[in-house]
Amino acid sequence: MEQVYLGIVLAPLFGAVLAGLFGRYIGRSGSHWVTIAGVAVSFALSLLVFKQIIIDGAAPFNGAIYTWMVSDGIKFEIGFLVDQLTALMIVVVTFVSLMVHIYTIGYMHDDPGYQRFFSYIALFTFSMLMLVMSNNFLQLFFGWEAVGLVSYLLIGFWFQRESAIYANLKAFLVNRVGDLGFLLGIAVILMHFNTLDYAQIFKMAPHLAHETVTFIPGYEWSLMTVICILLFIGAMGKSAQVPLHVWLPDSMEGPTPISALIHAATMVTAGIFMVARMSPLFELSETALSFMMLIGAVTALSMGLLGIVQNDIKRVVAYSTLSQLGYMTVALGASAYAGAIFHLMTHAFFKALLFLAAGSVIIALHHEQDIRKMGALKNHLPITYWTFLIGTLALIGFPGFSGFFSKDAIIEAVYESTLPGAGMAYAAVMIGVFVTALYSFRLLFLVFHGESRVDAHTRKHLHESPWVVTVPLIALAIPSVIMGAIHAGPMLFHDFFGKAIFVLPQHDVLAHMGREYQGVMGFVLHGLIEPPVWLAFAGIATAWWCYIKHPEIPAVVMSRCATLYRILCNKYGFDDFNDTVFAGGGRRFGRLLWQVGDVTVVDGVMVNGTARGIGWFSSVVRHVQTGYLYHYAFAIIIGLVLMLGWPLLSQ
Amino acid sequence: MDFTLPNFAPAMPEIFVLSMACIILIVDLFLTEHTRVVTYLLSLITLIAAAVLTANLDTAEPVLTFSGTFINDSMAVVLKLFIYLITFVVLVYSHNYLRTRQLYQGEYFVLILFAVLGMMVLVSAHSLLTIYLGLELLSLSLYTLVALRRDSVSASEAAMKYFVLGALASGILLYGLSMLYGVTGSLDIGNISSHISTSIATPAEHSIVLVFALVFVLVGILFKLGAVPFHMWVPDVYHGAPTSVTLFIGTAPKIAAFAMLMRLLVDGLGDLHSQWQTMIIIVAVLSMAAGNIIAIAQTNLKRMLAYSTIAHVGFLLLGILSGTLNGYASSMFYVIVYALMSLGGFGMIILLSRAGFEADRLEDFKGLNQRSPWFAFMMLILMFSMAGVPPTVGFYAKLAVLQAVVEADLVWLAVLAVVFSVIGAYYYLRIIKLMYFDQPDDVAPLAAGFDMRLAMSANGLAILGLGLFPSGLLTLCARALNP
Repeated sequence: MEQVYLGIVLAPLFGAVLAGLFGRYIGRSGSHWVTIAGVAVSFALSLLVFKQIIIDGAAPFNGAIYTWMVSDGIKFEIGFLVDQLTALMIVVVTFVSLMVHIYTIGYMHDDPGYQRFFSYIALFTFSMLMLVMSNNFLQLFFGWEAVGLVSYLLIGFWFQRESAIYANLKAFLVNRVGDLGFLLGIAVILMHFNTLDYAQIFKMAPHLAHETVTFIPGYEWSLMTVICILLFIGAMGKSAQVPLHVWLPDSMEGPTPISALIHAATMVTAGIFMVARMSPLFELSETALSFMMLIGAVTALSMGLLGIVQNDIKRVVAYSTLSQLGYMTVALGASAYAGAIFHLMTHAFFKALLFLAAGSVIIALHHEQDIRKMGALKNHLPITYWTFLIGTLALIGFPGFSGFFSKDAIIEAVYESTLPGAGMAYAAVMIGVFVTALYSFRLLFLVFHGESRVDAHTRKHLHESPWVVTVPLIALAIPSVIMGAIHAGPMLFHDFFGKAIFVLPQHDVLAHMGREYQGVMGFVLHGLIEPPVWLAFAGIATAWWCYIKHPEIPAVVMSRCATLYRILCNKYGFDDFNDTVFAGGGRRFGRLLWQVGDVTVVDGVMVNGTARGIGWFSSVVRHVQTGYLYHYAFAIIIGLVLMLGWPLLSQ
Repeated sequence: MDFTLPNFAPAMPEIFVLSMACIILIVDLFLTEHTRVVTYLLSLITLIAAAVLTANLDTAEPVLTFSGTFINDSMAVVLKLFIYLITFVVLVYSHNYLRTRQLYQGEYFVLILFAVLGMMVLVSAHSLLTIYLGLELLSLSLYTLVALRRDSVSASEAAMKYFVLGALASGILLYGLSMLYGVTGSLDIGNISSHISTSIATPAEHSIVLVFALVFVLVGILFKLGAVPFHMWVPDVYHGAPTSVTLFIGTAPKIAAFAMLMRLLVDGLGDLHSQWQTMIIIVAVLSMAAGNIIAIAQTNLKRMLAYSTIAHVGFLLLGILSGTLNGYASSMFYVIVYALMSLGGFGMIILLSRAGFEADRLEDFKGLNQRSPWFAFMMLILMFSMAGVPPTVGFYAKLAVLQAVVEADLVWLAVLAVVFSVIGAYYYLRIIKLMYFDQPDDVAPLAAGFDMRLAMSANGLAILGLGLFPSGLLTLCARALNP
């Protein structure tokens, strides 16, 4: 099986290297064929692994492939841990990646950086697979940084644009903050466990559960809480949780296919995956779980609200992604890891679908992204419209669609949770459902319904996108509908993940819910009498009322609640705050150090100062050399007298 | 009275040099300006022959002769050989310089040979009288050499100052020697040494006189070396004297002064080490500080090298004050290396000068790299060596004395010395900067002849070569002091 696992990882890397280094020789079509073939092989092998591990119930694989080095008894290895969690993740990653590869042929058709783009996304697939298949922290960190690197490269793919460079620098810097926490977390683990291997760490963790550490004298912290919060800070960066979320909306500067693949479906969920993978550690720290739940709840609600005021089609979807990542984090905090991963999977499908459909609209309108210049596109872009609608329904949790199952499970799990902060989180995710429906249908109505605001010239040439664009849309629409119904039972309430996810009995909210579970139909029917569904319907109705029935209402609301609107438009001031305090402060501090520390103190006083001082002293002392003979003789005599006096005095 | 003939063999080189100096003096009377090259060649031959004679002396055991006033040991042989070598190069360097400046007179060569004789006597002295004899012979020759260009105001002034101050220092030394004789009742260095070691074992009432004698003697030696505060003559004399004379004063006599220091202070007054160590520490620190700091403000290369000499003397004293055999050997290594570097430094001034132009200002070195990359490189090696930058030999010289200081548990002094040598690096590197990064004001080609160029190149390469393979010279110095 090791060959299969290696094949899964290396096939995309092979494609990436060929397209990246030899793109000029194999040409545009050569580039997309090698990378698509690589990812397709990877996908096929992933399905094989999925079948073996999950359907046939084969034992998980955990082993090293290659030992990089052994230092002081600590092994640095490349190895794979393939269990149910990994099997699910690799299928999701390779499937979405394959769809995005095919879609890119159409989307990037005229771009001069065609080969480079294919090389990057194949490289991304490789990195993400390394991340999810890792069996140790070193490789996890490698994958973690590698996906970050590709994300950076792809956000700045159009590097001639000022805004793209700003965005990728921002993403890079914000992720540095998270990665520092992550790295410190790994360091603390290495310090106390003396190994980087998951299995050994998980085995030792319960014995260290009551260990405390002291960083500041007089303050003791639980070791597990410190580790988990540090690791979660890493997850906050990668999975864009408040306040490290600021980079994700700007990342939309990158081409749409990567918004779908990296900044919606896969990479941003790496943090969620990592926490689920580390469930044996997080279970041991209720503080960390509560912290996650609160952060997730704040993200889920506040970012959803921002989606309502955005006018850029991709940004609306981006804020929706942030909000959904918040839901996943809340689920992690409630110990419903399976729920988080379930939502991760369904979200991967429908969010990739939404992004790709948005991309299809953007192509049709010749790279126009402002929804105020769209409208009534339903008949011009029928396939895009229907798939977009499916994605939207899945997103808002319409009964029967995939998002319904996963989101309902999360809300229910939070309701069941007894951790501090669960009440607030429950309120946030409930309101979030209404908000989600509101901004989603606002987008749908403004883009596809109502009156057309498309300019006349563009309207004449409106036509549906080519098959390479629509086929992935359809291919993603199918799982967006059915995946929830198929997997809800086994994944949430049965032993789907086996030992891959560990939950303490007192935290196991899903097991509690599972006792009342009566099959998919029962889930749907039960859902219909629960508030979330009605909140979603209320959201749809509000959107319809405001944007179809009475399109003048939003302007009135906007002027009535000008302050609120301004706060939302400024995204709660996070960007301004970061720009002024961190970026500006950093620059000012740097300039201060440069001016005061470097120019004045080091250059001025220490380097030039001593030089000038000695030079000045030298120019003064040289005048001792008067040229008068008697002065010279005097100096000799004085010297002699002093030397004579010294032994006399010292005796 | 005992009329048995003394053993002349150990003094053969001295006798030979004396005879040759007299012969050259007479031969020169019959030469004209055009045939004076004979004097030059005869002087060179004298030095070579003296070297051969010296090298052939048996040094397995120290040999005393002339009633114990004259000694020949391995240190004497090594130092004399380097004195010949350096004087030989001095003559080669100055030959052309003298011809273009109406200084091409037989007196120059004869006086230098007498100075060499004085140095030889000083190096081999084993009695207070011989020391004084050698010193005076050397000094008087040097005073005259400085005044050789008697129509030059600055040269006359320099000679006057040198003479008056030298006489003062000589007087101080002589006073010290007389007190030493008074205390110990002997002129023989060996007897003095044994007397002091017994008197220290049984404290005598005249110990304060002994200390006074030590101070007077020390002042005389330090004057000769040019250590602060007895250094005032050095810049004025170096600056005022013709460059060919400065070249000589700045090199070989330092080796002789080192020998005098060894004979008097170490061989004679070695048991008073605890007394003179502190004095020398103070003088060494003052010399390194004053030399390096004042050198920065100089615009004249000769003056700058004069202050650099003072700083180097400070370093040289570091090895002596440690009071160990290793320390003395490192000082001997240092003084030889210093003489070679200084030879190159003043030689370079002569190389760049021509009739009516003394290349002794710093700006004369501007853009040398464009005029002559090879000699700019030679100067670079010399300056690096003086600053103590590896892989030149100057680095090992500093390293050796610093090691000796550290071994004597004076780490602070070693640190201070390194700090001063960093300050000193500034003015050496400034010359390199001038040569390589500035535009030349003067684009005339170098006027030096082939012999000069060859000697200069050999000088520079020797500094580099000794830096790459320093162990030979280091062991030579160590073995000379500890056969």
